[in-house]
Amino acid sequence: MEEKHKPVLEVKELGIDFGGLTAVNDFSMQIFDKEIVGLIGPNGAGKTTVFNMLTKVYKPSRGSIFFLGEDTAGKSVVEMSHAGIARTFQNIRLFNQLSVLDNVKTGFHDRVKYSNLSAVFRTPSFRKKEREIEEGSLELLKIFRLDTEAENLAKNLPYGAQRRLEIARALATDPKLLLLDEPAAGMNPQETEELMDMIRLTRDHFGIAILLIEHDMKLVMGICERITVLNYGMMLSEGTPDEIQADPQVIKAYLGE
Amino acid sequence: MKNNIFSKLLDAKHRGRTGSFALVIISYIIIEALMHTGSLSSLFSSLLVPVTCYIVASIGLNMNVGISGELNLGQAGFMSVGAFTAVSVSGRLAPIMPNPIIRLIFAIVAGIIMAAVFGIIIGIPVLKLEGDYLAIVTLAFGQIIKSIITNMYLGFDDTGLHFSFVEKTMSLNPGGKMLLDGPMGATGVQRIANFTAGVILILISLIVVYNIIYSRSGRAIMAARDNRIAAESVGIDISKTKMLSFVLSASLAGAAGALYGLNYSTLVPAKFDFNTSILILVYVVLGGLGNMTGTIISTVILVLLPELLRSMQDYRMLIYAVVLIAIMILTNNDRVKTFFAGLRQSIFRKKQEGSV
Repeated sequence: MEEKHKPVLEVKELGIDFGGLTAVNDFSMQIFDKEIVGLIGPNGAGKTTVFNMLTKVYKPSRGSIFFLGEDTAGKSVVEMSHAGIARTFQNIRLFNQLSVLDNVKTGFHDRVKYSNLSAVFRTPSFRKKEREIEEGSLELLKIFRLDTEAENLAKNLPYGAQRRLEIARALATDPKLLLLDEPAAGMNPQETEELMDMIRLTRDHFGIAILLIEHDMKLVMGICERITVLNYGMMLSEGTPDEIQADPQVIKAYLGE
Repeated sequence: MKNNIFSKLLDAKHRGRTGSFALVIISYIIIEALMHTGSLSSLFSSLLVPVTCYIVASIGLNMNVGISGELNLGQAGFMSVGAFTAVSVSGRLAPIMPNPIIRLIFAIVAGIIMAAVFGIIIGIPVLKLEGDYLAIVTLAFGQIIKSIITNMYLGFDDTGLHFSFVEKTMSLNPGGKMLLDGPMGATGVQRIANFTAGVILILISLIVVYNIIYSRSGRAIMAARDNRIAAESVGIDISKTKMLSFVLSASLAGAAGALYGLNYSTLVPAKFDFNTSILILVYVVLGGLGNMTGTIISTVILVLLPELLRSMQDYRMLIYAVVLIAIMILTNNDRVKTFFAGLRQSIFRKKQEGSV
């Protein structure tokens, strides 16, 4: 049972410069199986930059990222998705002109494959695999209570539902690690409450690790098992919610002297 | 069971598809009937094949511009590649393959393959670009193809094929034949294209395009169009999806060009210039981006209109322009859209009630 102690994600001394500006420096963290970890910090602290480095939207200037024990150096965004990291975005990025169902189906792109020729000739294998994709997608929509909206265009969904759809789409790629970038942004307290249940359910149902950026402290303190605090691109503190709340440095960063 | 299939065809998801096929098949039957009773003017009959060609090219371009969201101004270039390939192949095969139908199939397939090859060659560098830059490069490509074919000499005799970019070096043995003659293009082409072949080509194009759109690749193409970053984040390889739609579009243009070339006894390279690319783009934009039925209708109207207005001489292009503007305003008007949406809904509801 050695695998249990191996982290899903191991980040070592990660850093990135934009021109002369160091956006993130010396950032290290570990995430273990089925853990929910929070990444918090004041605006502009570099949280989303960390996400972009983990998914290789940005190429880190320094440091290394090990995912499932493998060095990810030189991998592309698509390869990271293939390896098992899925994400949502701070400013929602759905496929607006596609239906809710098709949005989730795109998540199966790397998982259930068939050739274009079998699509043109509608072969039995095409039908079988499309059915597989459809059933899997509908199941995900049901979990996120979007099944009644399946045929609507994604852009016509209310805000909270769009956030849920992004999570459903990310999960359709069958990730080992899910990155959520401000999942509760713009949600009212009741929606946030539901979202917390949904995140926990996601972890339990899919058995994956979750790293989330969030400003809603009730959500962060409520569901995260560990929290990393980032300030000015540097790691400020790390620990359990209770430890973080008691850390004078964190309080200083958030409230000032 | 019958009821099931019927309701499936009218299902919102398949309605566009059913509509396109119904439109093409019904129009074909009506036109064939009119032709047999002799009530079709010679002008109108002479336009039938070109209309089908432009429809196929427009369907292809709509795949590129509407579904994939890439502005491509080189569609005429791919038509040109298809046309001159098909004309050469047909000319070369004429002595050994007397059956025109088999020769037509060979020529069209050759046109498709050649256009697809050009699509891949041009796609590799071009698809790294986006938006305006892509438009400019595809435009340039169209011009380059035109220049190349304008300077190309191809002939064959009993010793085989001869090819040159300088006319003087070309000497054919007696009994030989020029296939491509530089700026004169192809002359003495056997006219083996016909309306039925055009309609079959449209139906095949629709099947291919719709089946790709409603598949894994189609979703990936549209996802990359709607949000590139998100598409990559779910593991979609953007360059692959772009290449697929670009090459598919090019192949259909090649097929269209092949049929077009084999419909006339002479074909000059200048026929497929920048204006032709723009015309096809106009058909697609007015028909509706991503809307294949709309593309078919707008192509038919806009190809026929200038010919039907010939009697008005100088006012012809004026009316053409007014019609273009009118269609643009009408199709973008919310009130008109709601009216048609309501109309469609009431028609389909009635039909469905009737079928129960």
